[in-house]
Amino acid sequence: MEIIKADVAIVGAGGAGLRAAIALAEADPKLRIALISKVYPMRSHTCAAEGGAAGVIKSDDSLDLHFSDTVGGGDWLSDQDAVEYFINEAPKELTQLEHWGCPWSREADGSVAVRPFGGMKIKRTWYAADKSGFHILHTLFQTSLKYPSIQRFDEYYATDLLVEDGRCQGLTALEIRSGEMKQFQAGAVIIAAGGGGKMFPFTTNGNIKTGDGMALAYRAGTPLKDMEFVQYHPTGLPNNGILLTEGCRGEGGVLFNKDGRRYLQDYGMGPETPIGQPVLKTMELGPRDRLSQAFWGEQKKGNTVKTPWGDCVLLDMRHLGEKKIDERLPLVRDLCISYLGMDPVKEPIPIRPVVHYMMGGIHTDVQAATRLPGLFAAGECACVSINGANRLGSNSLTELLVFGRRAALSAIAHLQSNQVPSSDTALAAKAKESQNRIQALFDKSNGTESISGLRQEMMDTMEENVGIYRTGEGLAAACEKIAELRQRYANITLTDKTHVYNTDLMQALELGSMLDCAEAVTVGARDRKESRGAHQRLDFTARDDENLLKHSLAHYHPTEPPRIEYLDVVVTKSKPGVRDYSGAKK
Amino acid sequence: MSELQQRQIQLEVLRYNPETDTAPRYQTYSVPCLEEWVVLDALNYIKDHLDPTLSYRWSCHMAVCGSCGMMVNGEPKLACKAFIHEYKEGQIKVEPMANFPIERDLVTSVEDFITKLASVKPYLIPKEDKPVSAGEFKQTPAELKKFKQYTLCINCMLCYAACPQYALVPEFLGPAAISMAHRYNQDSRDGGRDQRQEVIASDEGVWECSFVGACSEVCPKHVDPAGALQQIKVASTIDWYKEHLMPWMKK
Ligand SMILES: Cc1cc2nc3c(=O)[nH]c(=O)nc-3n(C[C@H](O)[C@H](O)[C@H](O)COP(=O)(O)OP(=O)(O)OC[C@H]3O[C@@H](n4cnc5c(N)ncnc54)[C@H](O)[C@@H]3O)c2cc1C
Ligand code: SF4
Ligand code: FES
Repeated sequence: MEIIKADVAIVGAGGAGLRAAIALAEADPKLRIALISKVYPMRSHTCAAEGGAAGVIKSDDSLDLHFSDTVGGGDWLSDQDAVEYFINEAPKELTQLEHWGCPWSREADGSVAVRPFGGMKIKRTWYAADKSGFHILHTLFQTSLKYPSIQRFDEYYATDLLVEDGRCQGLTALEIRSGEMKQFQAGAVIIAAGGGGKMFPFTTNGNIKTGDGMALAYRAGTPLKDMEFVQYHPTGLPNNGILLTEGCRGEGGVLFNKDGRRYLQDYGMGPETPIGQPVLKTMELGPRDRLSQAFWGEQKKGNTVKTPWGDCVLLDMRHLGEKKIDERLPLVRDLCISYLGMDPVKEPIPIRPVVHYMMGGIHTDVQAATRLPGLFAAGECACVSINGANRLGSNSLTELLVFGRRAALSAIAHLQSNQVPSSDTALAAKAKESQNRIQALFDKSNGTESISGLRQEMMDTMEENVGIYRTGEGLAAACEKIAELRQRYANITLTDKTHVYNTDLMQALELGSMLDCAEAVTVGARDRKESRGAHQRLDFTARDDENLLKHSLAHYHPTEPPRIEYLDVVVTKSKPGVRDYSGAKK
Repeated sequence: MSELQQRQIQLEVLRYNPETDTAPRYQTYSVPCLEEWVVLDALNYIKDHLDPTLSYRWSCHMAVCGSCGMMVNGEPKLACKAFIHEYKEGQIKVEPMANFPIERDLVTSVEDFITKLASVKPYLIPKEDKPVSAGEFKQTPAELKKFKQYTLCINCMLCYAACPQYALVPEFLGPAAISMAHRYNQDSRDGGRDQRQEVIASDEGVWECSFVGACSEVCPKHVDPAGALQQIKVASTIDWYKEHLMPWMKK
């Protein structure tokens, strides 16, 4: 097996991975950086983010306000020390991107423009029309080309971490083009492999978001945190889950039920605000969890619109006018026309909530360090946690930058502790184990399970039982089903036994990752007997701060369900309170 | 809202696996397609229900990641933006992108493009030094507008698949890489034009480009690479004159 030596290996070249790579290259040009990604960097799903990135820059705003919006938005499950660090670094990171050429939208005087976003009390979301993530990703990728010390391994699929002497010292990865396994030896590893929304059938997440990075860390023995918190975005296109950014509502779009009622006022987000005059943190500018839950309520009451793609409500943007829509939301218009055949300038668009983001992920501390020495994590795959029980829109893109950089700095500090690597033979033996695991998939010829079949069963289970509202009974059934699927996974068969660009093999490995993550989600959800943020239980409807102001940590077991441990939330200055999204009332 | 229409489509897909095939071949799959589907949905149907060995790239399914470029009935298209209802015949031919080596099935090599993109220094080379602590560079909406269009490139490479010049002269930097150089040249914050110009002016392809505009026609993001090429060529010509005929004039 070929051995590739690096000082730091990064798994994932989306926003978080690229930011980490650049921070490493800038800190010390002599560092050997291996940037490993299963797709070319610009294909990473950061490209799909539309709305923008939050950071305090305007004089009417303050760090304290961004702090309280974030902590309240997260239903007090965020670690407040992490939020504080995040808020402080956010403006610097967004300005840094500006210096790297990011084409942020501008005010007439040439300063960076900001737009309103759900759950934010002040306009503080930097945007590049409605292609913010796309521009952030391309700016980072193109900037990374400046640094010769960033060596890219594009289309390499990471399979296992190499853990020896209690430290992470590298990983194995398949070169997809050849099917060959490579061993990366590294003093530190940063995982920045994105989320895992693909375990659900109806999602804004791209094909690559299969929780691989979470599963890598989890299988290596470091826990996943708060996995039960899965965010639904209230406005997805009903036929394929394509996202219509929160910017639609930020710019003034409103939501109607089948009777033309602004139904959000019936769910504690009113009183109704005049059309075309959105009020921050009120009605359509409430947080995502609340809006998605309101949809569910309307569905139960029979107030939704019937469409060929199921129940919907209507997002009306017509009053914004063609000029504003084309200037601020060009992609949204294009997506509606192309994929739904409807023009938001002329008609209201049917939408429904769609699985969007995982608040949970690899447990890290404020330094982006996991419990496994030598292993760091950042981006959607990590859980620091700033997002708590419900992420506020536009905090995630900023998080990629802040904690991507932080992970890089921590990795450097770890290198400076000068620990002697384990022997080559010991590491090679670990790598061999990983290779054998893949080889076994090729050797087996009597498997009875199909990859797409198991995947479908997993997605159906998640959709049915682990959605916007959950019950103890449904979750118990889901836990049982996912455990069964994990067992049956041992019997899958590869149809494709060749090596070059074997996407059948990729799908098999991705299914394995998703099943591991799905089990952490379902078990975490079953055991969390309260309702908080995006985790809503019909059998435990109240938040329980006395017992559950705690993070859940899921510990991996190869054949059994995970063991769940609880960890106190870090509270510094904001005691749990009531989430109030009826700003106009006061 | 009307019910969803379904239609049986014959997908004729180019297959090639270097380990088992001596030459590319075609395989036809019969797929029950919804009219609202895109070609990518049909390929996913094949992968999940008919033949797991088919390989192709995709991720976003919303025409923004640039992974899924291929030839659909002979035209360079994003598979996630090639709508079934636009193909009235019952048959659709799907092949890997033209002008690139095939790795396997519908997967073509991206390396040449990435190398070319990197060669034009597609990053901001700031005109003035300014620390982050001093805040943002000012840029008016009008200044932004000057280059905004060229930032929209998703690196899908469809323009290369359409470009007659790239087919003839593989060294040609090509439409997207040149547009990206132009993007930074036009950015009010940038001062790196001279460095990029060295690379571009020495590319014979730029001078040979006949402006048939095939690249702009197939571009799914309306980047108009042909326009960028034209502008950059004019600017290069002016440079040349200034240098050779009017050396007393500053660039
Ligand atoms: C449609 C959409 C819109 C959004 N809009 C916003 C918004 O407006 N504002 C906001 O703040 N947030 C938004 N988000 C959330 C935000 O975009 C994501 O959370 C964020 O982009 C994730 O970035 P990342 O770097 O963690 O991962 P990604 O960009 O997903 O990158 C993951 C990387 O990991 C690599 N990888 C994965 N597995 C492996 C493996 N096994 N081996 C090797 N490499 C691997 C991939 O190749 C990829 O390079 C949006 C999300 C979606 C889906
Ligand atoms: S210029 Fe257009 S066609 Fe060419 S790579 Fe960019 S987006 Fe694709
Ligand atoms: S799948 Fe992303 S562009 Fe088609």
